[in-house]
Amino acid sequence: MKLFARYAELVGAEEVEVAVALPTTVEKIVAALKDQYPAARAIPEHPLVAVNLQQAGAGTEIAGDEEVALLPPVAGG
Amino acid sequence: MRHLGPEPLDHDAIVERVHDAECGAVASFTGTVRPDEGTVAIEYSAYEGMAERELDAILEESNGRWPDARVEVAHRIGRVPAGEASVIVVAAAPHRDNAFAACRYVIEELKARVPIWKREERGDGSGVWVDHRGGRVVEAPPSRPD
Repeated sequence: MKLFARYAELVGAEEVEVAVALPTTVEKIVAALKDQYPAARAIPEHPLVAVNLQQAGAGTEIAGDEEVALLPPVAGG
Repeated sequence: MRHLGPEPLDHDAIVERVHDAECGAVASFTGTVRPDEGTVAIEYSAYEGMAERELDAILEESNGRWPDARVEVAHRIGRVPAGEASVIVVAAAPHRDNAFAACRYVIEELKARVPIWKREERGDGSGVWVDHRGGRVVEAPPSRPD
């Protein structure tokens, strides 16, 4: 999954692999990330998540071939 | 039209592209990097594919609400020194009400929705992540090598 800005800095990578049983959900992937990368525990419990470039809720199903990204609060301008 | 990229932004070139003979009004917004609290630059990063998609959606919404307004938005990505422009929105329309309204809509939605982040770079080499309300999120370690 992709990580951006402060989240990428926390974990030390802009892209990480997370091991999960498929199919899964956004919520389970976030939990697995925190399990497998202790530095990611500073990320909020319900961060903004995008699936295939669209914002997705915690219950969104993931088959395994989607692009999943964790987004800190946006701050453009 | 929308643009994301590392190049310095050219306000006049955008105005020239957006304005046409039908338009009696051109409204523009330029956001620049403030030298607050020793900020020497802001490093902008983006989730580019999603940011482009979101900007396109915002422009489409603007076009739905003010169909006679022509709008262009450009956001600089990468390091932007204090005093330089990070974002420009230009809206041209036959009359000023719609030019102002479309320009305002696009910059407000951009700030609320588009996945772009900023990290303020201080003169001492430290960096601070900033949220969209201007709150300092977290002290980042100095980026310079010791």
